[in-house]
Amino acid sequence: MANVFTSIGNWVNERAPGMMPVYRKHMTEYYAPKNFNFWYYFGVLAMVVLVNQILTGIFLTMFYKPGAATAFDSVEYIMRDVDWGWLIRYMHSTGASMFFIVVYLHMFRGLMYGSYKKPRELVWLLGMFIFLALMAEAFMGYVLPWGNMSFWGAKVIISLFGAVPLIGDTLVQWIMGDYNPADATLNRFFALHVIALPLVLLLLVVLHIFALHEVGSNNPDGVEIKKKKDPATGKPLDGIPFHPYYTVHDIVGVGFFLTICAFIIFYQPTVGGWFLENDNFIPANPLVTPPEIKPVWYFTPFYGILRVIPDKGLGISAMFASIVLLFLLPWVDRGAVKSIRYRGLGYKVALGIFALTFLLLGSIGAGLTAEWIPKIFGASADVTSIEMHFGWLLVLMYFGYFIFLFGYTAFGYEKTKPVPERVTGGGH
Amino acid sequence: MMRKIVLALAFSAVAFVAPASAEEGGGLLPAGTKVGNIASLQRGARLYFNYCSGCHSIKYQSYSRLADDLKLAPGEVLSNFAFTGAKIGDQIVSNMPADHAQEWFGKAPPDLSLEARAKGPDWIYTYLKSFYLDPSRPVGWNNTVFPGASMPNVLWELQGTQVAHYAPAKPGEEPAVEKLELSSKGKLSGEEFDAAARDITAFLQYVGEPAALKREAVGVWAILYLAFFTFLAWLLNNEYWKDVH
Repeated sequence: MANVFTSIGNWVNERAPGMMPVYRKHMTEYYAPKNFNFWYYFGVLAMVVLVNQILTGIFLTMFYKPGAATAFDSVEYIMRDVDWGWLIRYMHSTGASMFFIVVYLHMFRGLMYGSYKKPRELVWLLGMFIFLALMAEAFMGYVLPWGNMSFWGAKVIISLFGAVPLIGDTLVQWIMGDYNPADATLNRFFALHVIALPLVLLLLVVLHIFALHEVGSNNPDGVEIKKKKDPATGKPLDGIPFHPYYTVHDIVGVGFFLTICAFIIFYQPTVGGWFLENDNFIPANPLVTPPEIKPVWYFTPFYGILRVIPDKGLGISAMFASIVLLFLLPWVDRGAVKSIRYRGLGYKVALGIFALTFLLLGSIGAGLTAEWIPKIFGASADVTSIEMHFGWLLVLMYFGYFIFLFGYTAFGYEKTKPVPERVTGGGH
Repeated sequence: MMRKIVLALAFSAVAFVAPASAEEGGGLLPAGTKVGNIASLQRGARLYFNYCSGCHSIKYQSYSRLADDLKLAPGEVLSNFAFTGAKIGDQIVSNMPADHAQEWFGKAPPDLSLEARAKGPDWIYTYLKSFYLDPSRPVGWNNTVFPGASMPNVLWELQGTQVAHYAPAKPGEEPAVEKLELSSKGKLSGEEFDAAARDITAFLQYVGEPAALKREAVGVWAILYLAFFTFLAWLLNNEYWKDVH
């Protein structure tokens, strides 16, 4: 058996001698810092979810029928009459939400350990483009079941393009192919969701990883392991080959993650209306508005910004700016020290507040604060006004993070701790 | 430091998710249904076909699937439930012509296939218990959960009739219903009627997602398998990482 493998390997090598070096560069001779912690699982988990979405998506397209008259029924057909169709669909719907959970944690890891900083700006930028493509992909996928939230969510989000000066209304009609989200909209979203955007996502993921492997992975200490190499072998002293060490390591994380996913898929597939919304079990109806139009949870922080700013144009600009600023983070943050472990107190506090702000903006976008306010301030409280003022404070805090970070790091206010020469911890 | 941040995030994530279940709360009673309880589903099906199916369809559900899942003989299902002359493979749809229904009730009775998924079981359970006599309504009935509902209380002979006690009206507002009281007794006691409402709710929950029966049965094995796989992977990981110092 071993002989067969060797001879197949030799056969390939003779014909494509360039393939083994690529494999070695990215796997067995890619040296990753040995001190990765919990936060370093989310990259591989995002890849696992991407593969899951593609595989389950392929099976869903075998039974799903795009079209305003057929989509909703075909989803119910999958849920009821296709063998194991319900499992495939729940894997896909749970995967969508899990994708955002792991991506948000992956991004937060980047903020904590300064992974976006020089020399990894390109890795960060490509990652942000993945995030954008993922948002578009998720939005279009959400429209496909053609439930009532699909319809109204699509209507609200597409109408945002109406704020573009001069061509706004035409643009909205061009996107929808109709005056309302309709059959034409559904079919083009299907095309974009199942082929166009997945291709873009895959390409970006490959570029993201290639860009990472050029500069090497950051680590919880923010130390460049390439600076300390073994003089004899030329390998980083604190690096270990990605394969097999981090492959076996990642398999444990993937197993744990899949166990959690299985629990959701088999016992809480709707997660109380968060992963699959109640109103989306009602077929799309242009005449009946759902009691509350809100996007799925993963868009709520950005939707929260839009919701608390009364002026439509300003709200959309602010929402847009909130994402653009994330792209610019490597240039906003001027601090030399990467990891939060050795950064100034101001950074630690600011990052904590920023994360909390993000969650609270999400609670506004999801309509949770509207429920909390009467409980906190009494039944006679003016919910809209309190929510609005609270929302403005949160918007200021969100943008304030970037302003503070620039001022704090560019003018030398940050008092950092000494960064060690070598990584701390890791290994047994 | 890191640990604290992880903990803080975990807690805020919990705080973020927890209100999801409370959201449905709004004065609804807990239905306490168990979809895995086949006997309850069978009782619920019997009640559903006696009291609901004349007007409401469950078009995504077929008689044959019902027979399979509820462990009933196909012949039994047809003779007891199919009043419309349907065949075993047919979908369960009511015979009521939609345009007439519109005329009779002001609104065609909605299909209930996904009612439990859209509204939640607590809503259905509370709705079934919350009808009261209201002469101001066209059909003579109103409902505290769904004010202005077009549907009369079809279960009145089981439940009896309820009347509303109103709270003193605030200036410029309609008086609000404070509580409902039984004005004449039905065939069932209060507890028996609660059980009947619960069975109907459980049945609609099953109809909303027939896969739930299989899902919950299979899930244990999937999770055990994955947990065991993770354990083996962990052992393998430790073996490899012995080299890393």
